[in-house]
Amino acid sequence: MNNETTKTVSIEELRRKQPRFQGITSGHRACLGCGEALAARLVTEAAGPDVMIANATGCLEIFTTPWPESSWRVPWMHSLFENAGAIAAGMESAMKAQGKTTKVLSFAGDGGTFDIGFQALSGMMERGHNVLYVCYDNEAYMNTGIQRSSSTPHAARTTTSPPGRERMGKRHLKKDIVSIVAAHHIPYAATTSVAYPVDLRRKVRRAMEIEGPTFIQIHSPCPLGWGHDGAETLDVARMAVECGLYPVIELERGKLTGLLPIREPRPVSDYLKVQQRFRHLFQDHHKAREELEHLQALADYNIETFQLSGHGADDQDTSGLNEARRGGVRSA
Amino acid sequence: MRQALEGSQALARAVALCRPQVVSAYPITPQTHIVENISKLVADGELKCEFVSVESEFSAASVALGAAMAGSRAYTASASQGILLMAEVLYNIAGSRVPMVLTCANRAVSAPLSIWNDQQDSMAVRDAGWIQLYCADNQEAIDTTIQAYRIAERCEVPVMVCVDGFTLTHTMESLELPEQAQVDGFLPPYKFSRTLDPARPLSSGALVSPDYFPEARHSHHRALEKAIEEIEAADNDWGEVSGRSYGGLLAVEGPEDAPIGVLTLGSVFGTLATAREDEDHNVRLIRLRSFRPFPFDRLREVCEGLEKLVVLERALSPGAGGIVGNEVRAALSEMDSPPAVYSYAVGLGGRDVPLSTLHQALERVQDRPAERFAVFDVELDKLPEEDR
Repeated sequence: MNNETTKTVSIEELRRKQPRFQGITSGHRACLGCGEALAARLVTEAAGPDVMIANATGCLEIFTTPWPESSWRVPWMHSLFENAGAIAAGMESAMKAQGKTTKVLSFAGDGGTFDIGFQALSGMMERGHNVLYVCYDNEAYMNTGIQRSSSTPHAARTTTSPPGRERMGKRHLKKDIVSIVAAHHIPYAATTSVAYPVDLRRKVRRAMEIEGPTFIQIHSPCPLGWGHDGAETLDVARMAVECGLYPVIELERGKLTGLLPIREPRPVSDYLKVQQRFRHLFQDHHKAREELEHLQALADYNIETFQLSGHGADDQDTSGLNEARRGGVRSA
Repeated sequence: MRQALEGSQALARAVALCRPQVVSAYPITPQTHIVENISKLVADGELKCEFVSVESEFSAASVALGAAMAGSRAYTASASQGILLMAEVLYNIAGSRVPMVLTCANRAVSAPLSIWNDQQDSMAVRDAGWIQLYCADNQEAIDTTIQAYRIAERCEVPVMVCVDGFTLTHTMESLELPEQAQVDGFLPPYKFSRTLDPARPLSSGALVSPDYFPEARHSHHRALEKAIEEIEAADNDWGEVSGRSYGGLLAVEGPEDAPIGVLTLGSVFGTLATAREDEDHNVRLIRLRSFRPFPFDRLREVCEGLEKLVVLERALSPGAGGIVGNEVRAALSEMDSPPAVYSYAVGLGGRDVPLSTLHQALERVQDRPAERFAVFDVELDKLPEEDR
């Protein structure tokens, strides 16, 4: 062995450099800073190669498979917008009938999950199929050009909930999908954020081990739709969690069993003011001030309901996980 | 073995003989008895399969699609509103070129609401890219279901087996159920060329740009045209196995030199055939078994020498008239001397099609030039003056 090429590498360094299995590879057509593309990579890394995926219509499907190319390295199929839950149920039934253990995943956006695909998702969970359903939540119909969904936050601007003289953006609240899903009393339902890869991977691995329907909702910023710089995706996602608007929780059989504590909750305005979709809330107008207060109240409500406030510094709270790097959690 | 069975019960047994691995369905009249009987076969351990009782027809078709893509032989059944709710998935299944079999227990489509038989449902999805086979009686429904799996899997095109609701599904008949060994010999285990498999990952359902889309559609069209051979072969080969075959693409009865023909689909044929024999009419009866692919060549062959052809169908396209009628007229227009085509809808929404229909039809066309379209059995006095 040539001495010049050998060097000592620490275990930590080695762990950081080890190649990971990636179910989705580079070269796809996602926008710069796409939260969904990153989230999908993290999910497939944690899920491993023995999977098959039913993908709903949406950005993820479009940007990964422009015929004749595909960035998927696992068996993957897209059928329609509203049937990802049912396609996955069919795949899982086939695996059962064939005596195979390949895990079936279902990928959909918030439109395909909260709205048009909700019935198929509910049916799949009620029937107890062994499927991990992942919702990439970017809070609007981004694929068709930023229209409101039932996941769009209150007061956000979309092309179908524009602010104007009479309106301050979306008039309705964001649907609490994880509670609705958990009400099916499935073994595991969780929310996570692309800003916390350690949390995200852990939840995927947890769901992969469970026999039965599981659900993970991943907050995935859309720079184009939310109006922020593509380089700030993770910062924006992190602030959504830190202000309490996006609670990161775990529910088992309908009961709250885990949460990501917020070490220092920040005001919602920190999160809102970096995004064009909330820009209208910062004008000097009583309606704007009202809506800002409303959003702060929603965040406060989440923090109180889920007891999100941390109790001192912890490796596993928002600030602790911000320090986490590949290869393990470092001391915060 | 010969048994007295209700049509739906017989269909369930026929499906079970094909050893489907995943069956998914949502109940709708008059398909209900089919899936109830399959559920019972599963409950009794007579059929080993995953039976997925879904929350809608949309999911029924989607579960079947997911299962077929993942390498399992799949089955579903529906009717009427259910077929329309599935319509988007039906196009998707066919466009993805995934084999499976669906029984359509033909029923009218609302509004007005009707639970009774006509063929508006399957006709509404005639362009979805499925093979459509129409059955005249329950024995044919059994045998066609078995043939359908072989056709679907060889052509990689899904097959819809159309069976008239109530008239067939709810009628008790003396039927011959094939032996399992006969079906096993005819229908090899399901193996799909594009199965989802982690050892050989592939992506299905890509976004196709205008650079490739017309080619995909062309190859789908060609696949259905090429299916003609497989439909004929399946009927022939099953004839050798079971002793029963049905004419392949279409069935013909009656004298070859008859000046008038009557063409129909499905169970109306039996009524016409009985009337022809009883009343000794000089008429050639033609029944399209395969509506998709459309049997252009065979149809022209059997219409050779006819002066008049009456098309009786249980559906219509409002504002255009007969769906089958217009297609038949177009197909025959390429003949040197095509028969005059009389296009009628009959028996809509379960209106009885009595034995006298044949006689009435022959009377009606006797001294009349070709009729573009009419609802044959409409009773205009039931309508306000302005709607007649």
